[in-house]
Amino acid sequence: MAVQELGEIFAVQRTGEYVQFTVVAPGVAASFTPGQFVAVAVGGDNTSMPLRRAFALYGVTPTGDFAGTIQFVVAEHGPGTQWLVGRRAGEQLDLVGPLGNPFRLPRRKVPAVLVGGGYGTAPLIPLAQQLIDAGSDVEFIVGASTAARLFGELAAKRVAGGLTVTTDDGSAGVHGRVTDVLPAAIKRTNAHVVYACGPMPMLRAVGDVARAHAVSAQVAVEEAMACGVGVCMTCVLPVRGEDGQSRYVRSCVDGPVFDAALVRWADVGSLPRDLVGADAMGV
Amino acid sequence: MADLRTKLGSLTLPNPVLTASGCAASGQELHQFFDVATLGAIVTKSITLRPRSGRPTPRMAETPSGMLNSIGLQGPGIDAFVENDLPWLAEHGARAVVSIAGSLTEEYVALARRLYGNPAVSMIEVNISCPNVENRGLVFACDAAASARVIAAVRRAADPKVPVFAKLSPDVTDITAIARACADAGADGLSLINTLLGMAIDTDTLAPALGGITGGLSGPAIRPIALRCVWQVHQVLPHLPILGMGGIRTGLDALQFVLAGASAVSVGTAVFGDPAAPARVLAELDQALNDRGFASVADAVGFAHRSVTEPVKESA
Repeated sequence: MAVQELGEIFAVQRTGEYVQFTVVAPGVAASFTPGQFVAVAVGGDNTSMPLRRAFALYGVTPTGDFAGTIQFVVAEHGPGTQWLVGRRAGEQLDLVGPLGNPFRLPRRKVPAVLVGGGYGTAPLIPLAQQLIDAGSDVEFIVGASTAARLFGELAAKRVAGGLTVTTDDGSAGVHGRVTDVLPAAIKRTNAHVVYACGPMPMLRAVGDVARAHAVSAQVAVEEAMACGVGVCMTCVLPVRGEDGQSRYVRSCVDGPVFDAALVRWADVGSLPRDLVGADAMGV
Repeated sequence: MADLRTKLGSLTLPNPVLTASGCAASGQELHQFFDVATLGAIVTKSITLRPRSGRPTPRMAETPSGMLNSIGLQGPGIDAFVENDLPWLAEHGARAVVSIAGSLTEEYVALARRLYGNPAVSMIEVNISCPNVENRGLVFACDAAASARVIAAVRRAADPKVPVFAKLSPDVTDITAIARACADAGADGLSLINTLLGMAIDTDTLAPALGGITGGLSGPAIRPIALRCVWQVHQVLPHLPILGMGGIRTGLDALQFVLAGASAVSVGTAVFGDPAAPARVLAELDQALNDRGFASVADAVGFAHRSVTEPVKESA
């Protein structure tokens, strides 16, 4: 159940090229499950930016000294996120969450490989903890274009132990992409499932590798959203349904976690003729 | 407490704040943020005869105090809507204003017939900001004769107990001419305004930012234009009810529309930034009316016209 609440910023920490927020938000924290996200209003009162920005939840602390806090990670790339990274502890943020469908857990204890691209590693950290608590073995692959854009290697190592780091430019870890090391990780761990979060081309490539190894892949997508709550219809992706028919579905409430094999990656950003309702568009 | 009841034609609503078509889906998603029954009505996303996929992404671009969208009327079609969405609204005590859209007059007529006698329908809002297939794709709402034909046909086909409102586009030279044509064709009222056509170009890809190339501009950026349209139409058709909308974010924004001549208002794009916005705007409007000594919404409708003796000229 999503709530809207004003949360006081507890901490703002820079980590590489990212900024990690810890915010007191007991309502959002209360029902969080890994894979879900929070939508944050930007620009303050009388802002000229009317739309929220969505961030995957990195973690929540429902109990203890930091009870009711949530964490999320921001990459600065526009006026909204620029405003956000300028906030300081003690200021308030207008939050809506937790939103979206979480990662689904395997029914039995099976080895899993978790693949994070850039700050896409963030939602995989609490997922790893959840999987480990359920008795599954977890191994991480954490990649980025360059070392400064890696996120969560230490947390991944702490939670899961097994970790491979890749960078496109070789500035840290293995020189290459996450999908270069994914086949070996699937074989080594005898993985039954791959979980991934990161840029769309990476998710597509992870899905391809998983399918080639006959394992399932659940991926959390990042699509531009206006509302985050399912009413605006801007964040849609072409996805094959259980009935075999493909539709544009909302990343926010039908995702952000999808079975990679059902997403029609090649058709993202286009209108395939066989989509339900495409005939009414005159294609 | 001001008497918040308001009339849109033969329909009496408990209060004058509604959602806006395309900004609230069919109410379910927003019900977790406020009780949909507490609003004047839920205006549902424009529904078409057949399922529509809508346009490819990107469908949205944020703009200064606004946004562009090119959704392309994605929706399940009237059958699924009548089966799933209308019953949900009725079960939750919400009044439904059903927005209908088509590309031929006969499609609008078929939609009105499909809704005939359905007790869950409080009002029909006719979205005529759609390309008219019979007239080389010219938008119905940009042509007085085409607008009048659709509205007359829908009014004849629709349940006589249900008011029919025409939703007009501001992208015209003289909105009062279209308003008059719709009124003469039997419209029980007007919804003012739909989005304005706009565009944005992505300076990294050097291509249009939207999959649909152009899109509808909404949000506070268009509020002064919307308010001007309400003002002008109320001036020439003072007895025709107006549902006003365009960038309403606060109760004082809503009050401006009421003072300009709107009997009720829709809160649209504000929902994307604040999912509880319609309920908040209602509370703020109530307070604003009380603060100004209005005993009722009806007393405030068009009130600002009383202080103006000369017609406002466009170039003023």
